[in-house]
Amino acid sequence: MKRQAIERIIHGLLAAVAFTAVAILAMIVLFLFREGLPVFREVSVWGFLFGHEWYPTYDPPSYGIWPLIVASVAVTTLSCLIAVPFGILFAVYVAEAAPPAVKGVLKAVMELLAGLPSVVLGFFGMVVIAPLLQETFDLPTGLNIANASLILSIMAVPTIASISEDALYAVPREFKEASYALGATRYETIVRVVIPAALSGISAAVILGMSRAIGETMVVLMVAGGAAALPTSIFDPARPMTASIAAEMGEAPYKSGHYHALFATGIVLFFLTLAFNLVADYISHRFKEVGSATL
Amino acid sequence: MTADPFRITLRRRYRSERIFFLTLRLAVLLIGLVMLAIFGYIFANGYRAISWEFLTTPPSDSMTKGGIMPAIVGTFYLTVGAVAFALPIGVACAVYLTEYARQGTFVRLLRIGINCLAGVPSVVFGLFGLGFFVVFLKFGSSILSGALTLGALILPTIITAAEEAIKAVPQTFREASLALGVSKWRTVSRIVLPTALPGILTGSILGIGRAAGETAPIMFTAAAFFTARLPSSIFDEVMALPYHVYVLATAGTAIEETRPLQYGTVLVLAALVAGINLFAVLIRGYMRRGKRW
Repeated sequence: MKRQAIERIIHGLLAAVAFTAVAILAMIVLFLFREGLPVFREVSVWGFLFGHEWYPTYDPPSYGIWPLIVASVAVTTLSCLIAVPFGILFAVYVAEAAPPAVKGVLKAVMELLAGLPSVVLGFFGMVVIAPLLQETFDLPTGLNIANASLILSIMAVPTIASISEDALYAVPREFKEASYALGATRYETIVRVVIPAALSGISAAVILGMSRAIGETMVVLMVAGGAAALPTSIFDPARPMTASIAAEMGEAPYKSGHYHALFATGIVLFFLTLAFNLVADYISHRFKEVGSATL
Repeated sequence: MTADPFRITLRRRYRSERIFFLTLRLAVLLIGLVMLAIFGYIFANGYRAISWEFLTTPPSDSMTKGGIMPAIVGTFYLTVGAVAFALPIGVACAVYLTEYARQGTFVRLLRIGINCLAGVPSVVFGLFGLGFFVVFLKFGSSILSGALTLGALILPTIITAAEEAIKAVPQTFREASLALGVSKWRTVSRIVLPTALPGILTGSILGIGRAAGETAPIMFTAAAFFTARLPSSIFDEVMALPYHVYVLATAGTAIEETRPLQYGTVLVLAALVAGINLFAVLIRGYMRRGKRW
């Protein structure tokens, strides 16, 4: 009897500790709202999201984060245009074409690239890519959307590659065997059978890659240029939401409108990435091929 | 005589096959080259700045000379603190999910929570740390606030790794223990956890690597621009390697003149994090080979 009681207590304790992860998530939401919502006493939700003027330190201040949202979306989209093909090609090579020895090395390389601190990549963008862009295209500054997208794409490739690779591995052998038996070449099998069968996982990988890119801070803070105006070309400097929060939080006086506005930007960022993650989760579960039995 | 149409299509099909595999190799090669360029550039420019003095002295002359010792020490404290917070909670969470929980609403809620937490941007963790630890709990900008923020950030990584390690323990181990009349908790703590320990360690090492390289979460919660002394309590602000790189590269008094210091700091940070990750990858490879069940 006593042993059962102890077991029950342990079960309860573990459940309580396991709840910490959910509790932290709840606290994040709670504190974002607690510190962020007061800004809506000064500006309407519509004016905050779609206002074209981000002048938080002027008198009177103006809190419109539309240029920041546009910058975030521009940088993310552009970086994914570069990273998606490379990430998928890399995954296809590792999963379908690489010799076993090469495969191990490539996976280790990807893991190292994934682990590279973002501040290091940001630094690389500042000292190498920026002068390169500036000279090649004769620009006033090399710190711009193109530079940030390029560096972000380097960060997004490992995410996209590793998740796509898992999806490719999950395709049942029988699919490939049936395709070969019908006389298809390896290329035809990969492009017409394997990739379509893994498409849900690959889509999830792309969405997660975008979510990472939107939330990435140090790279855009260091190389996006920091101008809080609506960009008109990919060579314009811009200030994505994450960069705005990181750059200005140190100077915003505690409990000022500016401070609240930065937390409110955090709310937008949080729900944007949350939506991306939930969609990715839904896609990868909803359309998952469980095996040959599902066909 | 006209050519056999079947042969023509076959030739065309083999040509697309060759082009496709060539594209794959080129893409992989390009990624490899970019990576080599980054690591090569950092190493080629950084190694000259590194000396015993650079690693063991604090910055001097308003951070235009001297070393990075306080930043190394600060990163060490923050990282150790983060793991000390996240490891016990993460392992308990993994044990609960794999050994105790029954499928149901609570478990689904936990899984969704962990997934969402893993996707929260690092700067939002910074905001949370500022609002909760620094302001609400009045820890101030300190090692404690920074370590707890980083701990929250790496919690999902550690849970996932620990869960995988625990799942990899063969069911027969548990059955043998239970058949001897050992209670469930003793089975878990004496049989399952020790067997899963190497896997759990790999996960925590990956967590350490992640925590050591993050900048945004510590910007508002722990990192100091400059401190002459080493921290004396967990309520002190600290310098940290990633933040130091950012400060030197963007806000220093003489950005161009301090380039060697920047390259040196970047190399130390990149080597530290890459070394930690490599260590984890190697342990994992070694474990997979050495497994006998």
